[in-house]
Amino acid sequence: MLDPLIQFFKGLPSLLMQLWNGYLVTLSIFFLTLLFSLPLALPVALGRMSKHKWVRKPVEWFLLVIRGTPLMLQLIFVYFAPYYLFGLPLAGYRFPATIIAFTLNYAAYFAEIYRGGLESIPKGQHEAAHVLGYSKSQTFFRIILPQVCKRILPPMSNEVITLIKDTALAQTIAVYEMFRIAETAVTARASLTPIIIAGIFYLISTFFITRLFNLAERKLSYYQ
Amino acid sequence: MPVLDVQNAKKAFGDNEVLHDISFHVDQGEVVAIIGPSGSGKSTLLRCCTTLETLDGGSIYFGEDALVQATPSGGCAYSDRETQQRIRRRFGLVFQNFNLFPHFSVMQNLCDAPIHIAGIGREQAMAKATELLQKMGLADKADAYPCQLSGGQQQRVAIARALALDPEILFFDEPTSALDPELTGEILQVMRQLANEHMTMVVVTHEMIFARDVADRVIFMDKGFIVEEGDPRQVIDHPVQDRTKAFLKRTFGASKGLDQDME
Repeated sequence: MLDPLIQFFKGLPSLLMQLWNGYLVTLSIFFLTLLFSLPLALPVALGRMSKHKWVRKPVEWFLLVIRGTPLMLQLIFVYFAPYYLFGLPLAGYRFPATIIAFTLNYAAYFAEIYRGGLESIPKGQHEAAHVLGYSKSQTFFRIILPQVCKRILPPMSNEVITLIKDTALAQTIAVYEMFRIAETAVTARASLTPIIIAGIFYLISTFFITRLFNLAERKLSYYQ
Repeated sequence: MPVLDVQNAKKAFGDNEVLHDISFHVDQGEVVAIIGPSGSGKSTLLRCCTTLETLDGGSIYFGEDALVQATPSGGCAYSDRETQQRIRRRFGLVFQNFNLFPHFSVMQNLCDAPIHIAGIGREQAMAKATELLQKMGLADKADAYPCQLSGGQQQRVAIARALALDPEILFFDEPTSALDPELTGEILQVMRQLANEHMTMVVVTHEMIFARDVADRVIFMDKGFIVEEGDPRQVIDHPVQDRTKAFLKRTFGASKGLDQDME
């Protein structure tokens, strides 16, 4: 009668090990995407706000395409485009393609959040800095950006939480992140345990991200 | 040589001509009040002098430095960036809405530009800031943030911030218009004190009594023209022009209990 239970616990360490390895891939996608998309979103936001049509229009098209098509489609496109369009080899390109697609996609969403934050700063702040002799870049980095950071924390926390779950989409181009491993294990073991464990991993990640953002919001709550 | 010299200033927003050929000057230690109905161009004039708007024609000089010079074709040419930057060191501006930096403490608001923009040493900048806060009656607020202060206190910090860079001339753009009536007095008090210390000031204001009592000269503007200019007691108590009379009648008619005050 105890047999199934013994079987279950016997299989658990190897399952955990597999999922842990997948989780490391998930985390790499998560952190690399943030590393590249957070800074990339800034020029995109500034381009979107540009007075010059020739800068603004292409950025508007970029945002339309990225936000108007599924991330899954973008993953497939970024992965296969070099092969079909230029005949380049696909070997070793899976993971870089994932990072490129995720970075472009998240940069688009972050850019719109940045723009909202930038436009919410009263004109008087720019004028006060200008009159005091701040240059454009000094005004931006000393006066505007710190205030923008505070204002965009809530929408940013939303996007970052979505990102940790979106990493599951990388399986579309057969990247072995945690979700794909869990899904395969469900079939192989005829058991729900793998996806329950994966769910717990996602939950714990989200919990820490939320804590981090709450901490940042508290730290910046010293002014309005 | 006047501290500020504006000659034939012209400015239009599209078809709307806001300044027609405005000329005036401000001498060392003088307090000039600019009054007039809203839409008269007085704020635009101030914003042109403080590089927040650009003129379409005419000249503006700060001492020997030209901010902008008229060209023979009727337009005007702005000076290079270094000159403009030098000129910004010569004046200070106090806004209607204070425009303090909310993420900086009062002390940082006063010291950030002197230290990081003007290159004054930290010790020296902080000593100056402390002295200014004392003068403004805000010595205990150095570590407070703008959101913790009343409107009147915020405006006093804004005046201190403008003074921290040792300007030769201080511009005020309706400095009491965003304040509750009971807080207006504390700002006017500070400005009176500055006038007594012979600070050169240009004040766009709706406070007629302040203009009459403190200013050395009053300029009345309407529809982009200087209608009347001169000694405050003459312009405000005995205006010559009909437009000035009509404006003052409206203004004084609107505020009760002013007659006693005028005696």
